[in-house]
Formats: sequence, C-alpha cells, structure tokens
Amino acid sequence: MTIDWIDFTPWSSLAGGILLGIAASLFILVNGRILGISGILGGLLPPRRGDAGWRVSFLLGMFAAPLLYVAFAGPLEIEADAGWGAVVLAGLLVGIGTRYGAGCTSGHGICGLSRLSPRSLAATLAFMGAGFATVYLVRHLLA
Amino acid sequence: MQHRIIEFAIGLLFGIGLIVSGMTNPAKVIGFMDLAGAWNPSLAFVMGGAILVGVGAFAIARRRTTNFLGGAMHLPTARDIDRRLIGGSLLFGAGWGLAGFCPAPALVSFAAGNGKAVLFVITMLIGMAIFEFLERRWQA
Repeated sequence: MTIDWIDFTPWSSLAGGILLGIAASLFILVNGRILGISGILGGLLPPRRGDAGWRVSFLLGMFAAPLLYVAFAGPLEIEADAGWGAVVLAGLLVGIGTRYGAGCTSGHGICGLSRLSPRSLAATLAFMGAGFATVYLVRHLLA
Repeated sequence: MQHRIIEFAIGLLFGIGLIVSGMTNPAKVIGFMDLAGAWNPSLAFVMGGAILVGVGAFAIARRRTTNFLGGAMHLPTARDIDRRLIGGSLLFGAGWGLAGFCPAPALVSFAAGNGKAVLFVITMLIGMAIFEFLERRWQA
C-alpha cells in the first residue's frame, strides 16, 4: 500500500470532522433531530404540511456555506473526475440506495455510529465496503 | 422563527465543516476508497473527529425526553438489520465510489455551482422520487 502524502490533510480533516460532530450534536440536543441529509432531503418528496420548514431552513443553511466560504476563504476545491454518464448513474444509485437504506454518511455514519447503533454500523460497513469495491473495480479492473 | 434561525445556523455550520474537512472534493473521497492506489487516509480523520464529538452528545440525548427548545426528541427507533438496509446501503456505496459524491457534500458543491454536482443532485432527487413511487405502489 502506498500513502498519498501530498493530499493527506489530517489536521483540516480532523477540524472539519469536529465541526460536523458539533453540528450533529447541536441538531439532536437543540432541535431533537437526527442530522441525516438523505432523510432531511427525502422527507421533502413530497413536502408535508408542518414537516417541511425545519428541513428547508437546514438545507438553506447548507447552501449558504459555500457562498460564505468563497467570499471569505477562497474557492472550493472540487475535482470530479467521473464522466457525465457515471455521474448520472451515481446520482440514481445514491438517491435510491440512501432511501432504501434509510440513511447516508451523515445519518448512519456520523449520527448512527455516535449513537453506537448496530443497525447504523451494519449500514456503514455495507456502504463503505461497496464504495471501496467500486473504486477498485473502476480504477484497477476496468481502467 | 427562532427554530428556523437555529436550523439554518446548524446547516451552515455543517456545510462549512464539510468544506473544511475536504469531503466536498470527490478526488479526496475516492482517494480514501482507493486502497490499491495512492491511499489518502484523510477521511478517516473526518469521521473520527465527528464521532469523537457525537458520542458525548448522543449519550446526553438518549437520556432526555425533550430537546433544549422544549420539543420532542426524534431519535430513531428502527433496530432491524434487514435486506432493505444492507441492499440500499450497498447501492448507495456503489454510487458514492463511482463519482465521489455522497448527499451532503453534493448539495454543498451544487450550491457552489459545480456542474457535475448539479447533475448529480438532479439525478439523486430522481432516484429518491423513484423510491417514493415504488414504495407507494408496493403499499397500494
């Protein structure tokens, strides 16, 4: 195994992770909600009366983040090397998969593992495993 | 109104965390999943940092019957590890590895105006709508 030292950013990744943990902590303690993006977004399809406001406010806050970051800190580094066709397939898989699996990296990965939930651990192992396998397939077997 | 402002602020904090952590860069995400290539362990630090903080908060949350604003605690009740959970998660992981976008960072990059993130979010919403459609047909 070789380590990509050039792109290895332990401190900023740890700092960002701590911010994610603080956000998830505040959301459950102050608002009583699980910070799970696929669930927050999927619950708007279709929007239900009395259940849409908190979802929309949270998402608008997320949308404001890159605008604020760009204004004060500089451009975002977004290197998406997948082709357009792969992006379409990926979007469909992630949309269907996160709803069937009832969560994604935030809901199962951050909140579920923090709750020590065996169900979320199983989900996280499944999606991480599938991610590793897919990257191996695409980068090393098909390429 | 107070609720809406707090939700917005937490969403903003979460979005900033995603950017700072590097999660919004698909190349970094795929670098983490590429064990056979040049492996980038950074994302382990993201999850580690988040869970480090989260474990304490959720331990407190579990003992509470109301949130700090006096409303209900919406903690998950499902405990079953079934075919839906694992099958759905496998599909999600395959899509995540394919393009390097998972839902939250994709929404941030979408708001930043990145073309591939915009397309990803549109097709992700279509995928979620397909799920809703199939669920309703299944129950009908």
